[in-house]
Amino acid sequence: MGCEDLLSSYLTSEIVNMVLFCKSREAEVKRINKELANIRSKFKGDKTLDGYQKKKYVCKLLFIFLLGHDIDFGHMEAVNLLSSNKYTEKQIGYLFISVLVGASSELMKLVIQSIKNDLMSRNPVHINLALHCMANIGSREMADALGQEIPKLLVSGDTIDAVKQSAALTLLRLLRASPDVIPMGEWTSRIIHLLNDQHMGVVTSATSLIEALVKKNPEEYKGCVSLAVSRLSRIVTSSYTDLQDYTYYFVPAPWLSVKLLRLLQNYPPPEDPSVRTRLTECLETILNKAQEPPKSKKVQHSNAKNAVLFEAINLIIHMDSDPNLLVRACNQLGQFLQHKETNLRYLALESMCLLATSEFSHEAVKKHQDTVITALKTERDVSVRQRAVDLLYAMCDRSNAEEIVGEMLEYLETADYSIREEMVLKVAILAEKYAVDYTWYVDVILNLIRIAGDYVSEEVWYRVIQIVINRDDVQGYAAKTVFEALQAPACHENMVKVGGYILGEFGNLIAGDPRSSPTVQFQLLHSKYHLCSPNTRGLLLSTYIKFINLFPEIKHNIQEVLRSDNNLRNPDVELQQRAIEYLQLSTVASADVLATVLEEMPPFPERESSILAKLKKKKPTVADPTENKDHKMPAPQVSGGNDGPALQMPITPPAGGSADLLGLEAQPSAPAAASASSAAFLVDVFGDSAQPTSNGLDPLGLTPGAEENVKKFVCKNNGVLYENDLVQIGVKSEYRQNLARIGVFYGNKTSLQHSGVSSRICLKLPVFVNKFIEPAEMNAEAFFQRWKALSSPGQECQKIFKACFPQDTEQSKQKLLGFGVSILEGIDPNPDNFVSCGILHTRNQQIGCLVRLEPNRQAECVQPRTQWLRQYAHCWKASFEAASKTMKHLLSRTNGREDCGQMTKCKECVDEAWYVSDQAKPAFRRGDGCQKGEFIMVVI
Amino acid sequence: MLLFSRQGKLRLQKWYVAHPDKTKKKIVRELVTLVLSRKPKMCSFLEWKDLKIVYKRYASLYFCCAIEPEDNELLTLEIIHRYVELLDKYFGSVCELDIIFNFEKAFFMLDEFLLGGEVQETSKKNVLKAIAAQDLLQEVSIEEYLVCLGLQESICRTH
Repeated sequence: MGCEDLLSSYLTSEIVNMVLFCKSREAEVKRINKELANIRSKFKGDKTLDGYQKKKYVCKLLFIFLLGHDIDFGHMEAVNLLSSNKYTEKQIGYLFISVLVGASSELMKLVIQSIKNDLMSRNPVHINLALHCMANIGSREMADALGQEIPKLLVSGDTIDAVKQSAALTLLRLLRASPDVIPMGEWTSRIIHLLNDQHMGVVTSATSLIEALVKKNPEEYKGCVSLAVSRLSRIVTSSYTDLQDYTYYFVPAPWLSVKLLRLLQNYPPPEDPSVRTRLTECLETILNKAQEPPKSKKVQHSNAKNAVLFEAINLIIHMDSDPNLLVRACNQLGQFLQHKETNLRYLALESMCLLATSEFSHEAVKKHQDTVITALKTERDVSVRQRAVDLLYAMCDRSNAEEIVGEMLEYLETADYSIREEMVLKVAILAEKYAVDYTWYVDVILNLIRIAGDYVSEEVWYRVIQIVINRDDVQGYAAKTVFEALQAPACHENMVKVGGYILGEFGNLIAGDPRSSPTVQFQLLHSKYHLCSPNTRGLLLSTYIKFINLFPEIKHNIQEVLRSDNNLRNPDVELQQRAIEYLQLSTVASADVLATVLEEMPPFPERESSILAKLKKKKPTVADPTENKDHKMPAPQVSGGNDGPALQMPITPPAGGSADLLGLEAQPSAPAAASASSAAFLVDVFGDSAQPTSNGLDPLGLTPGAEENVKKFVCKNNGVLYENDLVQIGVKSEYRQNLARIGVFYGNKTSLQHSGVSSRICLKLPVFVNKFIEPAEMNAEAFFQRWKALSSPGQECQKIFKACFPQDTEQSKQKLLGFGVSILEGIDPNPDNFVSCGILHTRNQQIGCLVRLEPNRQAECVQPRTQWLRQYAHCWKASFEAASKTMKHLLSRTNGREDCGQMTKCKECVDEAWYVSDQAKPAFRRGDGCQKGEFIMVVI
Repeated sequence: MLLFSRQGKLRLQKWYVAHPDKTKKKIVRELVTLVLSRKPKMCSFLEWKDLKIVYKRYASLYFCCAIEPEDNELLTLEIIHRYVELLDKYFGSVCELDIIFNFEKAFFMLDEFLLGGEVQETSKKNVLKAIAAQDLLQEVSIEEYLVCLGLQESICRTH
């Protein structure tokens, strides 16, 4: 036994055996605790330990940790080992630090100092240990302290190859922790030229580094393209004997080839014709080699060969410029689709998905449709079936939509639960996108609900209703079909929802047929009523009131149902309220009023499908099937949005105050109505018919002190709006999409009861346009794409302002969240910046808003510490001019310093907010009047 | 990169992205269950969160890597294989116990082969040469050291 085994044998005799052969976990824990106590006493003991003993115990601790036990001491001893000049002690010390010491540890300063010493030591083995430790921990602190040293090591002529390799990858790791260490200027060309290095290992490491650098700064490193192509060319044309140990199972340098191919995917096809030709030759060679008989039967040979092939195909797809290569790639993948290796089938399906989005290869992919469908039905592994679904989705176009949708529907009946929801979304999108005949579309969606009702999300059934409402030609068919579907003895609740909605709107179209007369329709729906959730029941109640308008002859039956205790005294306050209101409405209102109130829904405005949005949210990488393809269909004239089809009826909030409905005297008995001091404004959806009441107030006729508290409502929904000696006025508000509900509360601060005293307080109601923003998610690619798209002057606003509070990341996040937008992590290359997005909901429009908030830390130097003044720069981008301006003001108010100039602006911005709302017609009935609400306070 | 036994016991873990200990434990638990539930003929790649898991079983040990979606799956399989080859060559037909007893060697070897999550040196010869060089240093240093302290006796005892 060699001496190097000493350590291990020591472990073996002492604990390893015990642990391995311990009968129970308890025995093991007991044994370990004993050992830990022993080590602890050794460390604490009076006798100073020599390096060897320290190493031994540190190593034991490490072993115990790796067995899955917690270690909370020994870190200092490990750090001490670093300064030993014995290689093994240093090595164990570094290993312990890498495995057990977190980047945030207080010991890190000492560790960094030791690393520094080792880097300077000129002893390559010590340098390498230090580099490995840095690469393993890779903290920002390390990057800042030592980042500058690494590039020197990397390009110096004195450095040995092994150190160069480690230095390249260490630099790469530090780069990820801190972007500041990017070597620029003179370093650039020297680093790029590492691609020409004699030593393949150096090239392998350097290529990874260069790719990371290219991602940060493609322009600076552009020179690497031609070098990478020529290196690649030398590898693929060499025979496997040329590269000696870098040949892996007869494949020349597969790792390096793949890295080079990936590096090239960061650039468009080379412009220089000779480089381009050379690259094309390389890719052709790789494709040719795939056809050659294998040089070995080992799976390693085929894996390595195919790894290079798949990466080459990725590059071909990325360049998307050579139809010949694309079609060849597609044919090659077609062969893999039926390969006996599951891994290859999986990858072939995945890559083909990308090929399907290229116009050059889309047709070639379609040839494999049958194989893919077979794969969907026969593959034993769900992850492979999932890929097949993705590919079918990607290859679908108008010519094969009916078949693919049919197959997917058929498969859905037996599909794995884990992929059903996604499949439902995909089927719904394809059916809509490629529908020529909308009766087919209606059939598909109803089938979806029938087959996989539980997985049909709200978006899907909202969507079918939007489409039916917008297309006159399918309304009758839809009514007939849902009527038939509802006759099934057991039908899914989602079917009842769709059925209820459609019959409520278009039941009259099939009422002529005695088999679906009004009474029959009503009874059919009502037979499902008791099985449904309160939500659906609410919808059905709305259907009933619509029936009263459509079919006056069954009014009595419906009133009876509404009047039943089950509804009128339902414990669910929403149902109770609906029943009461509808009953009143049907009794009080004349036929004309009913006809107006319960009129058919107006068409929805055109918008991106909300289903597609949902699918994208689920899978950010999913491609819109129409993108990059020439068979674009006119999108159906429907609106998206998550709010679904709003019933054209007042949806009364479940609790919270007296609601004056349509000027009728329907006084609901909701419990909250008891609190007479609360006045909640019912927000309804009759934006068009409600004329804004002009308030006759002078714009500046506000009560003194009225403005003080308004601005804090930018980020908050509830709080005290105004306070003086006598009264406190609080506001509670809720916002959902384009709807708002605001309650104003008055508190008598005196202990006396006043009567008949009236005073007048003019306040601004804190309703800001940002309240109608809902946070949204997107990935970096989508974000920057949209960011760039919104660049015309009206769509973009930028403002630099001083912060009046210390720049605290958490607080800034809270503010942004309070502002209504999401915080998107990891999008901006600079981690200090905040990237957010949200959707501003108005009644007719949804406006995407993108925000970048860039705290400027350098400004900190100008005003050091004392004043905490820092600069913020932020940009708003919104597709709506006035909106973006307003937001800018609002956001700067929340973070910004208050001064006279800005106060003026704030006023402006409130006015602007109303301007925006007015234009976009938000769903305020009294909203505009409330801007400066006038409250006559009578305290009794 | 994770190595764990068929019984779900973690034998080696190497993280190339910093996580708090708690998260690490959670991730390990999730991945071990996920991979152990797979059947033999299934595909070696699976999607997990926004990463891909590539795994392979060698005798009683599972080797498992989490890679970015754009990384090359097949070549990751071969990274695993090359690492196994390295261990095999060094220990002479490696077994689970070798990795448990000589965990530090397994770590050092991994650092020579992969660094910061990227392939550093693909040549088997070069990696083994580097490790052999380390061993040489180790031998010299320990022997010198023990001789200095006159502890030769204790070596005999521990042997």
